[in-house]
Amino acid sequence: MANRLPSMTPARAREVTVIVPGRGWMPIDLAELWRSWELLYFLVWRDIKVRYKQTLLGVTWAVLQPVLTMLLFTLVFSRLARIPSEGVPYPLFSFAALVPWQLFANGLTQAANSLVASANLVRKVYFPRLLIPMASVVAGLVDFAVALGVLIVLMLFYGQPPTGRAAWLPVFVLLAFAASLGVGLWLAALNAQFRDVRYVIPFLTQVWLFITPIAYPSRLVPPAWQPLYALNPMVGVVEGCRWALLGTPAPAASLIATSAATTLLLLVGGAYYFRRLERDVADVL
Amino acid sequence: MTSPAVRVEGLSKRYYLGAHERRYRTLRDHLAARAAGAWRQIGAALRGRSVHLDGEELWALDEVSFEVPTGEALGIVGHNGAGKSTLLKILSRITEPTAGRAEVRGRVGSLLEVGTGFHPELTGRENVFLNGAILGMKRGETAQRFDAIVAFAELDRFIDTPVKHYSSGMYMRLAFAVAAHLEPDVLFIDEVLAVGDAAFQRKCLGRIGNVTSEGRTVLFVSHNLRAVQQLCRRALWLQDGRLVASGPSEEIVARYLRATEVAPGAVTQLLASLPADPALRLESIALRQDGTPVERIANGRPLEIEIRYEVKQRTTGLRVFFDLCDPEGLLIFRSFHDEGAAGIPATDPGSYVARAVLPADLLAPVTYELRIHVGIYNVRMCTPPLGVRMPVAVDATGRYNRAYLADTHRGLLAPAIPWTNAQVRHQ
Repeated sequence: MANRLPSMTPARAREVTVIVPGRGWMPIDLAELWRSWELLYFLVWRDIKVRYKQTLLGVTWAVLQPVLTMLLFTLVFSRLARIPSEGVPYPLFSFAALVPWQLFANGLTQAANSLVASANLVRKVYFPRLLIPMASVVAGLVDFAVALGVLIVLMLFYGQPPTGRAAWLPVFVLLAFAASLGVGLWLAALNAQFRDVRYVIPFLTQVWLFITPIAYPSRLVPPAWQPLYALNPMVGVVEGCRWALLGTPAPAASLIATSAATTLLLLVGGAYYFRRLERDVADVL
Repeated sequence: MTSPAVRVEGLSKRYYLGAHERRYRTLRDHLAARAAGAWRQIGAALRGRSVHLDGEELWALDEVSFEVPTGEALGIVGHNGAGKSTLLKILSRITEPTAGRAEVRGRVGSLLEVGTGFHPELTGRENVFLNGAILGMKRGETAQRFDAIVAFAELDRFIDTPVKHYSSGMYMRLAFAVAAHLEPDVLFIDEVLAVGDAAFQRKCLGRIGNVTSEGRTVLFVSHNLRAVQQLCRRALWLQDGRLVASGPSEEIVARYLRATEVAPGAVTQLLASLPADPALRLESIALRQDGTPVERIANGRPLEIEIRYEVKQRTTGLRVFFDLCDPEGLLIFRSFHDEGAAGIPATDPGSYVARAVLPADLLAPVTYELRIHVGIYNVRMCTPPLGVRMPVAVDATGRYNRAYLADTHRGLLAPAIPWTNAQVRHQ
């Protein structure tokens, strides 16, 4: 065709794709992932667009879900169980934790189901399969942004506007994002092979919710258990977010370091496991 | 450039039959199978043998090697399950080979299905960009070709309508249009033309033809042998995962047709070898003229096609039909047994005889291919994709002016057309 970009021809013509059987554990092709960022963009865009086109309340869900959970938690854990909230109004205390939690939990749920949901695509087109769970988690950032807006409104309502410490928030959001993707990759790969994994996911997130200091402050956990407790990456994320936004006691550096280390382990391990499955995922799905 | 666009060396792919059921159903089954497998392996090891845990193996592709020079279109022919789709899936990197090696030079576009990734809730415009990205186009490239895509699909009025409101024809046109404007260096196409109406198919074929004339390389899998011959200079013939032959497409298609068609006497044997169908068993197919079975057909007399079959369970929409094709497999016409019925009849279990009578003075003195099919409407075909194929050699015994004996026959049919030719004015 006449309108073909001439400058691209020579470079492409030299590009040779070699197809050989893969062996064992293979590294992730980061360069290829980087080249595919536009596809990631379109997959995210599709997820967001379709979600808000198909649902009656659209973006309201992003607000409703954490707000209702917060009200329920306030009623049960604050009013009935009298759980302390570090001198912060309990609604703020729990909501500041629910916002990153939602990013994590929804992201991993969506990512876990993403590969099976995209089976048709996977069987017919090649692209780095890692983009599918990635897109699911990235799409969750929209809901996160909306919920964060609600949180800021709530903070203003309680007369506790964000301070300069809020500049640390992106670090913890990134950590939550990475943890969500890491767990999501493991579950997506497992779910593609074993269909009963999907029934485990709601239970897993429910248990995880309670081993994360969302309804209660982490200092209630006995000191002897703290090192083990810190292995949950969401402990660092939640305590960090509360500290950055609400000025609750700063989490210990060791706690954040442990959370970050587990997250990294989950993410790298998940990516390798996913990559291993990727090779014959089209035959399995 | 002397290096080939595609080089395939000893490419093989193994599947395990039943592996899906056995291994991948649930985690619990997996763990149970692992435990059972361990026992069997220990037992086998004690007896000095090895056991395969994953069921029977099947080589979908077995040591296939070939090369495609840059700018050439290569057709791939073969039965269902011959390994054609597996080959394209490996070359498109959808699945990995078990052994061997392949090299593909340049940007790859693969079109194994039309409309992969289309989302019904999104508009035509949105789907063009999404599908473009999935097929590997940059956003700028899609934007640049957007008008051409919409023009090709003939959808400009509906481009901002969600595709769930499209007719299937509109949907197909748009989906193919995106893929057709992909402009890769190497294009893999699998049976895409099996969909759509004749005009659309012609348009697609034309577009694929353009692709090769632009110096791009095409690998084309199709049951449409005429399209293979039209588009491809060379062809491969795969059978049971192995490369049977490669060469000029006319020659390969001819050899493929010869090898796969059935001599009249061998039909019974072929019918017996068909995979069992839960609803139907074909008992016999016979050609008769004047009540006697014939090997060669005289076109001056009616031809009776008799199909005996057994229906094993009550079936709605069971249709017996045949295709009359030219020697290259081009469909001349198709006729269904229930063409005269109203609605979709249900067939009770029992033995049946379907008879179709082709009138005298219809066939031309050529060798046709008759393809007998039985299908359940909207459910499945009970016969192979090309049907039960038998050659029908016709002799010129019909009505023609024998004074012009040397006149060569033209056309694929020679119907007796009533003519009048009267002088209306005297000089």
